[in-house]
Amino acid sequence: MQHRIACLGGIYSNYLALAQALRDITQRGVDQILCLGDMGAFGPHPDRVFPLLAEYGVTCLQGNYDDSIGNALDDCQCGYTDERDNYFAQISYDYTLDNTAAENRQFLRQLPPQLRMEIGPLRILFCHGSPRRVNEFLWQSTTSAAFLERLATEQQTDIIAATHTGIKWHRPLPDRRHFVNVGCLGRPENDGQQNVWYTMLELRDGQLQVEFVPVEYDARRLAQEMQQERLPDEFIETILSGWWTTCLEILPSKERQRGPH
Amino acid sequence: MTVEPPPSISLAALDELWFQVAGTLCNLTCHHCFISCSPHNRSFGFLTLQAVQQRLEEARELGVKEYYFTGGEPFLNPQMTAILVATLKYGPATVLTNGTVWKDEWLETLKRAAHESEYSLEFRVSIDGFSAQTNDPIRGEGTFDRALQGIQRLVQAGFLPIITATRTWPQASELEVLRKFRKLLGKVGYTRPRLKILPSLKIGAEAQRTSGYGLHDRVTSEMLDGYDQSQLVCHQSRIVTDRGVHVCPILIDSPDSLLGRSLKEAAIDFPLSHGACYTCFQYGSICTNPSSASGSQHGPSAPPQSHV
Repeated sequence: MQHRIACLGGIYSNYLALAQALRDITQRGVDQILCLGDMGAFGPHPDRVFPLLAEYGVTCLQGNYDDSIGNALDDCQCGYTDERDNYFAQISYDYTLDNTAAENRQFLRQLPPQLRMEIGPLRILFCHGSPRRVNEFLWQSTTSAAFLERLATEQQTDIIAATHTGIKWHRPLPDRRHFVNVGCLGRPENDGQQNVWYTMLELRDGQLQVEFVPVEYDARRLAQEMQQERLPDEFIETILSGWWTTCLEILPSKERQRGPH
Repeated sequence: MTVEPPPSISLAALDELWFQVAGTLCNLTCHHCFISCSPHNRSFGFLTLQAVQQRLEEARELGVKEYYFTGGEPFLNPQMTAILVATLKYGPATVLTNGTVWKDEWLETLKRAAHESEYSLEFRVSIDGFSAQTNDPIRGEGTFDRALQGIQRLVQAGFLPIITATRTWPQASELEVLRKFRKLLGKVGYTRPRLKILPSLKIGAEAQRTSGYGLHDRVTSEMLDGYDQSQLVCHQSRIVTDRGVHVCPILIDSPDSLLGRSLKEAAIDFPLSHGACYTCFQYGSICTNPSSASGSQHGPSAPPQSHV
């Protein structure tokens, strides 16, 4: 028995990358497409994401950003502690809230935060940050394997798939268990490349195969639209250079050392 | 008049395990130290590599997420480098240091271990203020220049230390202080400094320096109504000393902080009866690294689920 699930991480209003990823996924053929939350943020024209999600039948979960936008909260609940990170996060949040239509906010409000599946003998838990907290950052370099084993045991699951950090990673655990951070479509992952990523999970005979799939899209066009929308130059620089310029203080040293900022 | 008992906090999960690895021995005598560490304070002793390794095994069974090392000055413990190298096989490690005592060969060893590990090794270097005029009256004469040299050596070795400072300036001038801090660090080659500002804890030496806590500086049950308890250190942490397992790194001097001999024994409720608990409540996540500090959350922490 074989089951293929395409997992999309934070879209952050990058509808151009989303469209490209969905075309690629359709060509490959999958049983299901999931988005693990954070439809808006960072990019331009947040409403352009929703028709694509509907057209391709994407099953969506609610991220912290979706909870905030859906319920018109004061901030994105991203959990930044640094004043510069919070400054840029608030610009992004205010823009996204102002430009998300009421019907789309209604859509975000009713999304479930988690989803469970059983494929053959494998139990899978999909969530946004972590199974216990929607805005918990699980970075590769600050999350011990023992902790992930504990989470899987407590949650009675074999596979945990999450996003929220914006950087993909995968750690196989004992007893055929796995943790997968599916990365994100919204912005490059601080590697100096313009492409973004989605993740293909293939479940066959009780085994999981994880494939991280790069998505090339028209980053220059996105940057132009961000400029027209007067989004910060720092965001545009990230889209074009592939290096993070904001949200830096939350990065652990290993992840931050990869970039120049 | 009846006094309401303090609210108790349960350990939700042991995510962070701290080690008082150098006891209370320090080469400096900072006037704001909340456990009065000094070159002569041996009320808590060093932890050996063997003792730490036993705790790491215990911690692995409990699914601990990350490890922190403090003192005193951790690098006065002659086994500190070996302890960090051993820890990076279990999970991420953070060491809180004043940056004034390490040797180049230790940094070389740690650089290699950090490179080979999947986990981050974080240095948190304490400094106070952006000049010797603000730092040295608190931390001792000449310590400002020595700490800056220590930061410079770390940066040259490829590390990105988190510079921590206790807020000894008025809150209103914070942005200006941080701007000067960054400029100063840039001058010694640290062009993208990571900063963590800590509130002062009015216990230990700091209680002598300032007024200490008032009787009303306490957490009440009413204050916890709707409060995100994950902001409290004791909600997800414990600390190992040479005496046993205590509730949190701040309170080890208090007799009631010692909760048990094993990590499992110490997983019991703790009453928030101290003034320092009030500071922890006010500021949140004061001991945790920014990469692990979760911002407070509006919604429930255990969300409902859909099943397919």
